[in-house]
Amino acid sequence: MSEPILELRGINKSFGPVHVLHDIDFDVHPGQVTALVGDNGAGKSTLVKCIAGIHPTDSGQVLFNGDEVHIHGPRDAANLGIEVVYQDLALCDNLDIVQNMFLGRERGKLGMLNEADMEQAARTTLTSLSVRTVKSVRTQVASLSGGQRQTVAIAKAVLWNSKVVLLDEPTAALGVAQTRQVLDLVRRLAEQGLGVVLISHNMNDVFEVADRIACLYLGRMAAEVNTKDVTHGQVVELITAGRSGDLGIARPETATI
Amino acid sequence: MSKTTSETSPQDTPQGAAISDFGIDTTSQSTGEAARDYVARLRGGELGSLPALLGVIVLLIVFSSLADTFLTLGNIANLLAQGASVVIIAMGLVFVLLLGEIDLSAGTASGVCASVMALHLVKGGNLLGGMGDTVFYLFCGILVLAAVFAAMMRIWAGTALSLVALGIALFGVPANAWVEMLLAVCVGAAIGSITGFLVARVGIPSFVVTLALFLAWGGVILQFIGQGGTLGLNDDTLFNVANGNLSTAGSWALFVLATGGYAAVVLGRHFSRLRRGLVASPTPMVLAKVGAVVLLAAVATYALTLNRSQSSVVVITGVPFVVPIVLVLLVIGTFVLERTRYGRHVYAVGGNKEAARRAGINVAQIRMSVFVIASTLAAIGAIVYSSKVGSVDPNAGGGNTLLMAVGAAVIGGTSLFGGKGKLRDAVIGGAVLAIIQNGMGLLKQPAAVVFIVTGLVLLLAASVDALSRRRAATTVR
Repeated sequence: MSEPILELRGINKSFGPVHVLHDIDFDVHPGQVTALVGDNGAGKSTLVKCIAGIHPTDSGQVLFNGDEVHIHGPRDAANLGIEVVYQDLALCDNLDIVQNMFLGRERGKLGMLNEADMEQAARTTLTSLSVRTVKSVRTQVASLSGGQRQTVAIAKAVLWNSKVVLLDEPTAALGVAQTRQVLDLVRRLAEQGLGVVLISHNMNDVFEVADRIACLYLGRMAAEVNTKDVTHGQVVELITAGRSGDLGIARPETATI
Repeated sequence: MSKTTSETSPQDTPQGAAISDFGIDTTSQSTGEAARDYVARLRGGELGSLPALLGVIVLLIVFSSLADTFLTLGNIANLLAQGASVVIIAMGLVFVLLLGEIDLSAGTASGVCASVMALHLVKGGNLLGGMGDTVFYLFCGILVLAAVFAAMMRIWAGTALSLVALGIALFGVPANAWVEMLLAVCVGAAIGSITGFLVARVGIPSFVVTLALFLAWGGVILQFIGQGGTLGLNDDTLFNVANGNLSTAGSWALFVLATGGYAAVVLGRHFSRLRRGLVASPTPMVLAKVGAVVLLAAVATYALTLNRSQSSVVVITGVPFVVPIVLVLLVIGTFVLERTRYGRHVYAVGGNKEAARRAGINVAQIRMSVFVIASTLAAIGAIVYSSKVGSVDPNAGGGNTLLMAVGAAVIGGTSLFGGKGKLRDAVIGGAVLAIIQNGMGLLKQPAAVVFIVTGLVLLLAASVDALSRRRAATTVR
């Protein structure tokens, strides 16, 4: 297996008295889709926000390409090539697709905008991802469907030659056909050599696109397994009980001895 | 892995073939398609400044048929000068409204700028003598505070302008029309830095901050000018800002410069987009638009270069100075909003603050900066209306100055909910208000009726905004 592009070692995170993440170890490999699963409140979104620099971590190491890095904000993460597609879609409704894709990193000299360059780059990216369904790249995001918005959000992440893309429940609010489009896109990202992390509640989605599955249980990493080594039922057990047979966190009584 | 891809290839999706692709997306349309697109957007609730433009046309027809004097050259020129100050203040407010914030203090802030300006002129540059020791040192202290606030948020323009105002005050720079105008603008920037800091950094809702400052600045004006006092602006340059006209040659030079520049920019951009295969409007439509603007400007320039004096003794010709002033501000402001990174970020923060933050935009800095811009433009508006009146009294910028300016922006099509609006909205909306006030005045209507009608028009504009938003939310998705 390839060297991981992003490694987390012993990450801890508390919000006041609530210890949300306990000693999390987590690897992301290039060219693979790693699914991050877990029940509500297991810490999936918090983990993603820690990687993205939205929340600072309390302790632990982050290694990127084998080197230790310190992520203090969204800019640091973006500079490393880590992009996040959020559950609540960080898009501005009043801007068009091109403007959204380049938001915060507009091209142009001396504070001015080079619209032509940005429009061409946006179109190239969308075409390379075989993105369908939108008539013009100058369409306002407000008039796009949920799937189209998700597509734009993902394409935005790819535009930056990013190395790692984290997707927070990209299919949660989508219909069947739109889910299919987004899953295709996720697969294509991995084929382009990116490390992809997919957070999802939907086991069908996970088994369809993921190469590896990492399961969080109450803020602990219960197991990191290859998708082909586990069954549907085992993953569900890992999510709900934190363990399944030999997999997962040891029983509390054995752990205390 | 290959299994998944073959399974999920787009051909298998039922509607896959029916949907057009980004790779072949439409970049150029025929005029008919573009027109249909526009109608569809109107139906979808994206009205922009169309209702206000229609309003201007209707009002022009109504008043010119009811009042004989309405469509005279003298009245039209007068209308421009009357409306200019509100339009300028409204332009500043567009920036604030784009973020979904409000600046209630812009009116009295402009009054403070006007009174400092007048005081400096009347006292021959001796602000210390004009204000008295305590007030003067407090004034300087506030300027220093504004400079520090702006520096903390790295809005260097705010710091620089505040320090220039401080310099003019401390060194007792001799009175001069240009120094006065610079002083007013600098004081405006300083006021904006304070408002913006309280909103963006301290986190007080802009409504409360600016309501408090609205009251406070009203008191400051009274302190500067004195109860019942009036400061006359006896200076030709200052008087000419709102009352002077360009020469006939100057008027045509302005016409050539403005329309030539407009045509060059619009056409140059259009053909470069066509050449590079980018999304562009159909060529006939662009040409028609440019042609209409040039024609309209030519007619207006010609009309304004005719003698419009009521008496045979004096000759009044030429385009009023306020026209180039408003045009320059409009061009610079539009350039900033549409063509610069800063403008893009203003729209982004107004559209979705969280998305902007996650994109790495310094939201607090953007929020503060719009208040600096609003107050600075309010100061320019103050210069224009003080010049029009010829003096500054304790009511300067009070009363309904601010509400008229907000009204102008909203009537023009700027959304109160943020993220939607253009600078030209302020101009069109300001025209609607100025025409109503001027026309009703000519019809000898009492103030009561004028206020009620103005209020109803504003209400209508706000309803159009709210309804079009609702429509936009329900028709799409």
